[in-house]
Amino acid sequence: MRSFAVHCGRRVLGAAATVLVASAAVYGSLRLMPGDPVLAVSGASRLSPDQIEALRQRYGLDQGVVTGYLDWLGHALRLDLGTSLSFQTEVGTLVSARLGVSGLLIAYAAILALVLGLGTALVSAVRGGLADRIATAAAAVATATPSFVAAIILLAVFAVGLGWFPATGAGSGFADRLWHLTLPAVAMAIAVFGVLARVGHAALRAELDREHVEAARGRGVGGAALIARHVVRNALAPLVTVIGVMVASLFVGTAVVETAFGLDGVGSLLITAVSRRDFPVVQGIALIAVLLFVVVNTVVDLVLPLLDPRTARGVKA
Amino acid sequence: MKVLEKRAKDTTDGTAADALDIRGLGLSLGPVPLLADVTVRVARGETVGLVGESGSGKSLTARSALGMLPRGARATGRVTVAGRDVLGAGRAALRDVRRHRAAMVFQDPRSAINPVRRVGDHLTEGLRARGVPAKAARSRAADLLAQVGIRDPRGALRRYPHEFSGGMLQRVMIAGALAAEPDLLLADEPTTALDVTTQAEVVGLLRRLQAERGTGMLFVTHDLDLAAAICDRIYVMYAGRIVEEAPGAALFAEPAHPYTRALLEASPSLHGRAEIRAIKGAPRALAEAPSGCAFRDRCPRAVEECAAGVPETRSHGLSAVACLRPGKEAA
Amino acid sequence: MTLAVAKLRPGRLRLRRRHPAAVVASAGFLVVVALAGLLAPLLAPHDPDTTSLLNSLAPPGTEGHLLGTDSTGRDVLSRVMYGARLSLLAPLGVVALSLVLGTALGLLAARAGGWADAVISRGMDVVFAFPGLLLAILASAVTGPGLTAPVCALAVAYTPFIGRIVRSAAVQEGARPYLEASRVLGYGEVSVTLRHLLPNILPVLVAQSALAFGYALVDLASLSYLGLGVRPPAADWGSMISQAQSAILQGSPWSGLVPGVAVLLTVIAVNVLGGHLGGTIARKQDT
Repeated sequence: MRSFAVHCGRRVLGAAATVLVASAAVYGSLRLMPGDPVLAVSGASRLSPDQIEALRQRYGLDQGVVTGYLDWLGHALRLDLGTSLSFQTEVGTLVSARLGVSGLLIAYAAILALVLGLGTALVSAVRGGLADRIATAAAAVATATPSFVAAIILLAVFAVGLGWFPATGAGSGFADRLWHLTLPAVAMAIAVFGVLARVGHAALRAELDREHVEAARGRGVGGAALIARHVVRNALAPLVTVIGVMVASLFVGTAVVETAFGLDGVGSLLITAVSRRDFPVVQGIALIAVLLFVVVNTVVDLVLPLLDPRTARGVKA
Repeated sequence: MKVLEKRAKDTTDGTAADALDIRGLGLSLGPVPLLADVTVRVARGETVGLVGESGSGKSLTARSALGMLPRGARATGRVTVAGRDVLGAGRAALRDVRRHRAAMVFQDPRSAINPVRRVGDHLTEGLRARGVPAKAARSRAADLLAQVGIRDPRGALRRYPHEFSGGMLQRVMIAGALAAEPDLLLADEPTTALDVTTQAEVVGLLRRLQAERGTGMLFVTHDLDLAAAICDRIYVMYAGRIVEEAPGAALFAEPAHPYTRALLEASPSLHGRAEIRAIKGAPRALAEAPSGCAFRDRCPRAVEECAAGVPETRSHGLSAVACLRPGKEAA
Repeated sequence: MTLAVAKLRPGRLRLRRRHPAAVVASAGFLVVVALAGLLAPLLAPHDPDTTSLLNSLAPPGTEGHLLGTDSTGRDVLSRVMYGARLSLLAPLGVVALSLVLGTALGLLAARAGGWADAVISRGMDVVFAFPGLLLAILASAVTGPGLTAPVCALAVAYTPFIGRIVRSAAVQEGARPYLEASRVLGYGEVSVTLRHLLPNILPVLVAQSALAFGYALVDLASLSYLGLGVRPPAADWGSMISQAQSAILQGSPWSGLVPGVAVLLTVIAVNVLGGHLGGTIARKQDT
């Protein structure tokens, strides 16, 4: 138990360090932006020199990179991500208004990919034969399908061609929203489904061939109990690692899919902000992304020793 | 009529039947033969050794008692455990054999026990499957751990396999095998993966528990000295066949088959044999063995007739041996 | 180009018979796509940028336009052929940079050990956790649209693909007796590394590079689709799909589906080839 506490402490410290380094990199690189970001964004709106100076001060551009970063980080810790240059709104407000759509989209896609991917992996690994070959081929194609290609194919077939689903918009009300988000979620989930089906298959297959499974069979453990307790249970550790990476990649996937389906979410906000060079918004969303990845990875690291007791010992040793 | 019925009942109950009865077992994987005409019998309460080099088919033979055949293998002959047919058994009958009649102790406890589940889960799994309530199963499991000499058995139930040494984990596996209260214990090189010092303890433990319970034990090993020391009877296997069967002491004192003799001479001994002589050539699997007697290409006593056919089993002293020219070299 | 030449070597031809059909088809497809891009000026039926508003959104099979035309009447086949150039070259650049960076960092970590190894390994773990596309988007936020910054960002993102393999292989191989022997015989570190280590891990590197190439291709195409990649008038498959978006919503999907399928098939082919190389190597190392 003590080793587990040490493990947790180290992981959390490591995560904090990672956030610090990554956020510094995000802030620093955007400060390196050639030209004056304030002028780049507001050049057309003809601000007075006083106003421009006020803006520069507001965004800490009159300070050095280091003090500017510390200032920005200090505000960010108080949940103040600054004000958007192009929307003239608080970044926090902009993001939180869009978090619902993006969050639901990510959750929807994650559930689809997890249930179908791991289900496929289980059936193909345990059954083998023709089901295995079909699943392997389907996973190979799905893995290679970029979300925007999936998006235009789904749009062309199910939205425009058959008219079963709406092509754009997020809808209102829960059921309507789910209906609107179905095609985007499928587009996002396809590649993740492929990866999970493939990795899941490999992990389950590896466990199925272990001697302790054979030994359990020799003790008269069979059927679902054998698969659940001695195969799936053991494959969870490698799978959770992959699932963590996949959830993080879904967050970035929203940028593409929300743009493709005209959804007003965090991902499409990021793309708009990047193309308008609205750096407070870009910095804010990048920071959120960094936090999300680090949190997901840390959670995975913390869960692993619970799934495989040998990992905790490995950390201690 | 009545007598007949009673006898039939006895065999199905298994009370009168041998713990293990393998008759003329043949096994092949497609065109590749693995075992030929293997006959092995283990009476209740008896310890029987099955000795051979790697690839001789001794593990295959032991696993056949649990119906654990290589995927796609075809079997001929008959295997019964406590009177129950194994090869022809359906799913439910096979499960019954595996849960109640026969249990196996594997060579390497590290790979044969699920590493991510607690030791308690390993021990109670079989008991729970037989319908023992959770609480009773736990106290039964703790009893078993105490019997195999694990300190703080209650605490051990909550620990994971990697927290045990190899020898201790092998004791856990033995406890798991005994949980089923089997008629037959299959020990597949149970000490090979252990330190020399713990080997003797584990062997002693197996012997004691088996004697106390009157369980039949098939002890599979490549170590003829060890087998001779603990077994009532020994079968020697070579290239998928039984080449000699003899009482443990007799085999040691007077090996009849040239292969048995060679095995004894090849092993460093505590009994003061003068020199160690390696067996020339490499051990053979059945598929790559020469025609006739499989050992003839490595045998110092081989003559032309040895190629004519697989030698019939004949009696020689206390042994039953499949050799045309059994006995001493000086013949 | 080198791929095509290698395929013609007699030794390879003999080997080819033992490869599964999917692998042969994938290799063939990639050669065709590479040649189409390379020889686009000779093979393309039309100028890829000539618009013809009278002839917009023609379906595939229209006379003179085998794969139809886009919303401004440009020939889709010609555009896909020209688009192949940037679509393939840019990820190739990513892989080349990743190989250099990853090999250097991996060898450095393995050879230096200790403190430097810990920093490099942990750094690669962190980078590995970040999706390449996010790094590319942020890079494009710094410099504005264009491929240079995203290519560099992706090269960093995929460095761990190479670096982790090189590091672990170098650590493993470094412990083998023959390397020790060469060192004892008086060969220098660099010479030993080049003579023994790289040739030994080359097959794994090729497999990892193929994987990184597929990912980079998707990332760059996504970026162009989002309008943050190639700058017009240059075009790759991603930007073609982006331009076809409104036509798709109007019921003329072809000008978007053709480059979409080109991306899809190319990535599948690269994955199949990479997986086959990786699998073959794994099997060889087993025996």
